[in-house]
Amino acid sequence: MTNWIDACAPDDIDEEDVIRFDHGTVSLALYRLEDDRFFATDGFCTHEQVHLSNGLVMGKIIECPKHNGRFDVTTGEAKGAPVCVNLKTYPVKVESGRVFVDLG
Amino acid sequence: MSTQDAGMVIVGAGEAGARAAMALREHGYTGTVTLIGEERHLPYERPPLSKAAMTSVAEPTAAFILDEERLTANRIGHISGVRATSIDRIGHTVQLDNDRRVPYAKLLIATGARPRKIAIPGAGSENVLYLRNFSDALAMRARLQPGIRLVVIGGGFIGLEIAASAIARGCSVIVVEMAPRILGRAVPAEIAAVVADHHARAGVTLIVGVGLTAIERDGTDEIVVLADGRRLVCDAIIAGVGAIPECGLAEIAGLTVENGVRVNAQLVTDDPDILAAGDCCSFPHPIFDGRRLRLEAWRNAQDQGNHAARSMLGAMEAYDRVPWFWSDQHDQTLQIAGLPDEGDTAVVRDLGGAPMYFHLKAGRLVGASAVGPIGKVARDIRLAEMLIQKRARPDPVLLADPTVKLKSLLPTEPVAA
Repeated sequence: MTNWIDACAPDDIDEEDVIRFDHGTVSLALYRLEDDRFFATDGFCTHEQVHLSNGLVMGKIIECPKHNGRFDVTTGEAKGAPVCVNLKTYPVKVESGRVFVDLG
Repeated sequence: MSTQDAGMVIVGAGEAGARAAMALREHGYTGTVTLIGEERHLPYERPPLSKAAMTSVAEPTAAFILDEERLTANRIGHISGVRATSIDRIGHTVQLDNDRRVPYAKLLIATGARPRKIAIPGAGSENVLYLRNFSDALAMRARLQPGIRLVVIGGGFIGLEIAASAIARGCSVIVVEMAPRILGRAVPAEIAAVVADHHARAGVTLIVGVGLTAIERDGTDEIVVLADGRRLVCDAIIAGVGAIPECGLAEIAGLTVENGVRVNAQLVTDDPDILAAGDCCSFPHPIFDGRRLRLEAWRNAQDQGNHAARSMLGAMEAYDRVPWFWSDQHDQTLQIAGLPDEGDTAVVRDLGGAPMYFHLKAGRLVGASAVGPIGKVARDIRLAEMLIQKRARPDPVLLADPTVKLKSLLPTEPVAA
């Protein structure tokens, strides 16, 4: 089952950057990469529950602002210590000038 | 003498040691890995001890770096609750205090640092507490009940973090710092002033520029006597007056010790089969012209643990990660990249109400520090760290301009030194 939620306008996120998007009980991180692709993951780092929207996006990697835990935003994969648990990812689409996230 | 079972042995199961054990596996080592720790716990993270472990509503549990499952899956032999007492460098064995002798091919010393004790009359009281391990944190937490009068000795990071935790728990808190201001040379005076202001607003009393002469007992009260004659009556005293590297094992083994176990750029000691990493080691830093550093920092311990593992497996690279440090106090995060005290010129940028300082040395960025909500400081400190790593010479005018993204100042290729 899909559940597309209108999250923001594409330009609400700078290129190679991230914003926080809260909806109901979920808190996500929404990413825009340099090549204008958009991705969404769970917002909180799997290490110590710090929100990733305060982190730095370099290429397709988000780095946690607290302990530099790194994840591939396109797959949610944890990229080594101190993080070892992957992030959940969510499908994203851009349609009619809006960014939608599928919260399932 | 038989070394046929000799593998990689790590003495010290803190951040550096635990990370090294995992890194040996991540880098493909298939032999024996033995991690020796004097605490009975599984390896755990120390940063929460002065913060979350103090303030959490629920009884805290240690934040384990490695659990039984990961130790088993990675075939890491964890010997806990024992001390390594000596090294037989010729026989390549480590002697443990339970009469066991462990053979090694390469040995990593990652024994960390212990709190410096205060040396004034009365300092031996059971009401004078120090924080190093999880047991210390539990004991301290039990003492920090609402209404307790606490004196913290030392306005460095540990003292200030504990002060913030104690005030959050409803204690009354006085911090006494001998130097003219808190946080010493670690951060610029302006950053220290912001931190001091947050403590004052939270209700912490800061006394700076005054030494201590004695701790006296009056019934159940403790009295901290200051050099100017003031007498601070309290129930408990917590001292955070610096740390001493744990170098006993290296000293007994005849390795060079000077403010830490002396290692080269690959983290190798005088003995090619013995390395050291983390708070206990003194190493030359290539980014700061080979200046010898000993860092007491979580990330340095982690990165050096990882690097030492690679050196143990034969890599010849120099450890050159930029020092990075953070401290949480009240709702503020302080982050430091590089070495602010290396700079000859400071430039300030306003991160929307949070000050960030850049420190340049002959035009090259060598340090940065900022204090504020994590969302305001973390990214730009991370970018500053990358600029320092690349030995960048950013234009001070652009550094000071908050409308200029620091990311845009990153050189695409490392600049020649």
